Amino acid sequence: MTIEMGEEVTITVCPDGPLLVRGAVELVGADGEPMDVQRNVIALCRCGGTRRPPFCDSTHKKRKSRRAEQSARGKDEGGEP
Amino acid sequence: MPPLRVATTDESTTGRMVVPAARGDASALLVDVLLGGGTPDGFRAAAAALGARYESNPVDVLYDDDAQLCLTLLYELHLQGIDGVDDRWGWDPSLVAARAALEQPFDTAVRAVAADRVSQARSGFGEDVVGALWDMTAPTREPGLSDFMASDAGLEQFRELLIHRSLNQLREADVYTFGIPRMSGAPKSALLEIQIDEYGQGRLDRMHSRLFATTMRELGLSDRYARYLDAVPAVTLASLNALSYFGLHRRNLGALVGHLCAIETTSALPSRKYSAGLRRLGYGSAATLFFDEHIEADSVHEQIAVRDLAGGLVDDRPELLDDVLVGSAACLALDDLLGGHITDCWSRGRSSLRS
Repeated sequence: MTIEMGEEVTITVCPDGPLLVRGAVELVGADGEPMDVQRNVIALCRCGGTRRPPFCDSTHKKRKSRRAEQSARGKDEGGEP
Repeated sequence: MPPLRVATTDESTTGRMVVPAARGDASALLVDVLLGGGTPDGFRAAAAALGARYESNPVDVLYDDDAQLCLTLLYELHLQGIDGVDDRWGWDPSLVAARAALEQPFDTAVRAVAADRVSQARSGFGEDVVGALWDMTAPTREPGLSDFMASDAGLEQFRELLIHRSLNQLREADVYTFGIPRMSGAPKSALLEIQIDEYGQGRLDRMHSRLFATTMRELGLSDRYARYLDAVPAVTLASLNALSYFGLHRRNLGALVGHLCAIETTSALPSRKYSAGLRRLGYGSAATLFFDEHIEADSVHEQIAVRDLAGGLVDDRPELLDDVLVGSAACLALDDLLGGHITDCWSRGRSSLRS
């Protein structure tokens, strides 16, 4: 799929989350082959933890809650977060 | 429980609900009315008496099979409909009054089970609905039902789980659609963006409800709409009824949006585990596609639902903040009750379905 003239592609940065891409984009994989994009909005991983690259699979939420827990534990024990 | 391996079909999964077996006096009277035998006023009196029974202990209504089945049937009149039943019953004044009598304790119960999460969100995040929703739905470290499904569950347990979910999933997304005509501007377009994906961009074979139907057939279950209604307990119906209650009343718009946020934000990570569990049991992509699709789709939807839909709605109508939190918290709390029921039954070596 090619981007038509005047067709708008927007990329939205989600805080602590993925990049949301809206519009007609062609996504090319690491092997140079175009990837099958089925939906109008795609979420691209920004944390590097996804198991379905380049798409977000919500793994960032696990990382975030783990970080929050570690920092809370750090405070409880009076140690470094 | 009814036989699991019934003739399966690739036909429409959006048929009408078959009239179920009654679960008590009120639902027996309601079934009579719907089939043309009884009088609506008799049912109305029975529903009022049943509702009044839970005035002092409303949470118990969530476990009352008779009350929950009545609500499910009364809501179904506004959804896919009931086989052999005149659709005009949906707006019959006596049935509407009976429904209101049952909704009174149900509303109190739903708010009661949501209360702890709502007050925690309010004290931690104040007016920040987006922060509150992310926090309320954050993944926990303790292993849950989805971890068990990934590593240990057998085929019968997967079948039970699909049966509990089938009442809603075979019409996935439909009740949230009631939110579209009730909003305008940015939150309306956010909801539409999610719904278009739920309905497979208009492609029948990508519609999420159809993907669920395929998973059911792959596991040897019937994909007929509401086929397993008689098999699911009150607590499963309560979860289903809460969504219908939010969706069918315009005044519950905030709760409907909050409910959708809770669904979208707690789907991607467990879906990966369900998919892994099915592959462990030897199933291929036809069975896992529903879950695989939700890993990616709901990682998109949760961003749109929390930020654009809930955030946008509360920007427009700040008075809906608490309703959004209640809807989200109620969804999570009712899901916990159902998960607790399933885990409890399985730990005793029993089925979580009705016998």
